[in-house]
Amino acid sequence: MKEFKIIVLAKQVPDTRNVGKDAMKADGTVNRAALPAIFNPEDLNALEQALRIKDKDSSATVTLLSMGPGRAAEVIREGLYRGADSGYLLTDRAFAGADTLATSYALSCAIRKIKKFDLIIAGRQAIDGDTAQVGPQVAQKLGLPQITYVEEIVEVAKNKVIVKRRLERGVEMVECPLPAVITVNSSAPECRPRNAKLIMKYKHAATLTERQDSSEDYITIYNDRPFLNIEEWSVTDIETVVDQLGLSGSPTKVKKIENIVFQAKEAKIVTADDTGINDLMKELIENHTLG
Amino acid sequence: MANFYTDNPDLKFHLTHPLMKKIVALKERNFADKDKFDYAPLDFEDAMDSYDKVLEIVGDICANIISPNAESVDAEGPVLTDNHVEYARGTQENLDALVKAGLMGITLPRQYEGLNFPIVPYTMAADIVSRADAGFVNIWGLQDCAETIHEFASDEQKDKYLPRISNGQTAAMDLTEPDAGSDLQAVQLKATYNEKEDQWYLNGVKRFITNGDGDISLVLARSEPGTSDGRGLSMFIYDKSSKAVKVRRIEHKLGIIGSPTCELVFKNAPVELVGERKLGLIKYVMALMNGARLGIAAQSIGIAEAAYREAREYAKERQQFGSAIIKFPAVYEMLSKMKARLDANRSLLYETSRFVDIYKAYTHNSKEGTLEKEERDEMKYYQKLADIYTPLVKGLASEMCNQVAYDSLQIHGGSGFMKDYPIERIYRDARITSIYEGTTQLQVVAAIRGVTTGGYLKQIRNYEVTEIKPELHTYRRILIGMTEEYEQAVNKVVQINDSEYTDFHARRMVEMAGNIIMGYLLVLDTDRDSKHWKSLEVFLKHARTENKSLSEFIQYSTVNDLGRFKHE
Repeated sequence: MKEFKIIVLAKQVPDTRNVGKDAMKADGTVNRAALPAIFNPEDLNALEQALRIKDKDSSATVTLLSMGPGRAAEVIREGLYRGADSGYLLTDRAFAGADTLATSYALSCAIRKIKKFDLIIAGRQAIDGDTAQVGPQVAQKLGLPQITYVEEIVEVAKNKVIVKRRLERGVEMVECPLPAVITVNSSAPECRPRNAKLIMKYKHAATLTERQDSSEDYITIYNDRPFLNIEEWSVTDIETVVDQLGLSGSPTKVKKIENIVFQAKEAKIVTADDTGINDLMKELIENHTLG
Repeated sequence: MANFYTDNPDLKFHLTHPLMKKIVALKERNFADKDKFDYAPLDFEDAMDSYDKVLEIVGDICANIISPNAESVDAEGPVLTDNHVEYARGTQENLDALVKAGLMGITLPRQYEGLNFPIVPYTMAADIVSRADAGFVNIWGLQDCAETIHEFASDEQKDKYLPRISNGQTAAMDLTEPDAGSDLQAVQLKATYNEKEDQWYLNGVKRFITNGDGDISLVLARSEPGTSDGRGLSMFIYDKSSKAVKVRRIEHKLGIIGSPTCELVFKNAPVELVGERKLGLIKYVMALMNGARLGIAAQSIGIAEAAYREAREYAKERQQFGSAIIKFPAVYEMLSKMKARLDANRSLLYETSRFVDIYKAYTHNSKEGTLEKEERDEMKYYQKLADIYTPLVKGLASEMCNQVAYDSLQIHGGSGFMKDYPIERIYRDARITSIYEGTTQLQVVAAIRGVTTGGYLKQIRNYEVTEIKPELHTYRRILIGMTEEYEQAVNKVVQINDSEYTDFHARRMVEMAGNIIMGYLLVLDTDRDSKHWKSLEVFLKHARTENKSLSEFIQYSTVNDLGRFKHE
């Protein structure tokens, strides 16, 4: 059987679920140093879906693709510890400051370079931006069909995929031709734990830059064990129009950041008759909630 | 993210003990596996880093899956369906997670798809899992059975069964019967050999079998008709896929409810003989039990860790008389004793694990080539230590665990007695540790040899002459005094030379030896890292007083006194 190639898009994000006092800087930007960097949770759900395809079809391979600073190689390693086969890290100053448009552009250029793939899976959204735009934009730029809000990849058959989408009011089964882009919800099964043998196998996996920084001890193993190489691509490795990258390729401008304090207010009980509803409508129109 | 390994720095402290260098060298033998297996370590540092990273996985799964499941597992328990065990939902989820993480067959060689880890990191994993759910550790920890297969079974059997355990099948050790509990010599399960088929069959009943419906079971049975003692017993492997054993009942227990304790009926169950006939109890079960005892010691430490943490958290939060109760001497005094005894026993646990590691590694290496005389001597030296330390730590740690669980519940007050806090489950779970795999009373029977033959004393002298920082010398002086007192008490008992009198005082002497040994271990721990100072100080204060009381009891007791204690 022909090899079934899956690309999983993964992002390293600050762990916004454990926000402490120093999570924000005085200027309103995120203080990344104060938050541990983690594998974006929904990207882990995406990885699990990819690994399940691999569980059933031993010819399948899972490749991670991430864009970020050098330390984002950790996300690739985390993926390898769970069963992914290889990974690419897009890293360059030219990519820095990218909004979703520039990010999806860079990712799509990298995917064009990877060339061979049957399925791209990503998390629905990242916990630092919550935009849910990158997956769909990648599909758009590559001219591929996309399925969002996926909870389960039910079946992968020749040239098509059947998935279950979790929507606000129920579930939807969708069939789609391949190749395609799928984004996965957090309602999908959690990713499997890191595996003991895989962590021992891949713990020395590193990008070229990391290897230059690391001690000399294990340098020779990279020749004997090519699987320890995390491919690192800079802007010169992929074909791009440079002004569509990074800050210059990002039309999103942050105008202002505000602290919002959620306040629970007392509930108001409205009698279920015409007068009650009439009064409520009046009140809502007066305080501009409606109209 | 919560992690039961990284949130407890004591574990890494014990993992990085200087003796690990020797253990890793014996276990990895020139790191030859690195050319055959892509996950084998390249050198000592790499091996230690692997243990650390794998324990971090264990800590992650324990904190985020096993511990949150513990309450529902305790409430649901396993059920009996069509004569088979169905685990509680959480138990199955825990097991699936550990299997996916590749945490079965931890100590097995790589040729059997294991991780080839020493006993120390394996024991540490058991320590961590027990803190998360003491009942669950039984199912996972029965991978100990693999060690016995590895040590005594044929190559063919090893090839057949060991990879299955590495890949997640569970095991059981079927030893006890309705009339054979502590006294395993009375085992009656009948093994018959069918010459025509060249096949052994088992018939009869086993009772109180932990995880009795496991995939691969080691069964003790009477293979020699007409015999009535331990020499008529052999060990067999039963494979669940032959479907000839029924689970008749799952016991209803006080604690460790998630761990199914089964009554089994063997009906013409086909089995394979392990090793030689007649050596079942006297050789193989003894080895199996030693491994299991170390496992229970680890379980005890893990439970005590959980109980201590619950107590400390509660005492910090609970306000009474206008203050957190942790501020009251009556409460912090209890907490300090719990922590000091926990630290002391944990140190003893890892000291014992290291002894077992060295002698086991030599044993395995000796099968693949002859050992030099020096190595043989060392193997015997560490085997002797392992033999006297294993019952010591099992006995002492399980009693400590019960005391710590008791005190923790006490600190919780009325709330602890309710089902609202984890401590009531932990308290119930703790109770079995001093009973199964040999009661404390039986551990004393095994440990007393270390007292009467001078084994403990010899090792105490070794600790005594170990170089330590000058500021720790005062503690050593205290321990030297305690040793003199211990020697006097032992000499008195030995000179009287009456076996009943020796048995009568056995536990007292074993406890005295244990206190001195743990005292020295804490001195050495403090020498390596001063953060153990507090525990050393508190532990010695208690240990010194306890030993004084024990020795007084012995000094003022005569053989004639025994009559006053006897009951009809």
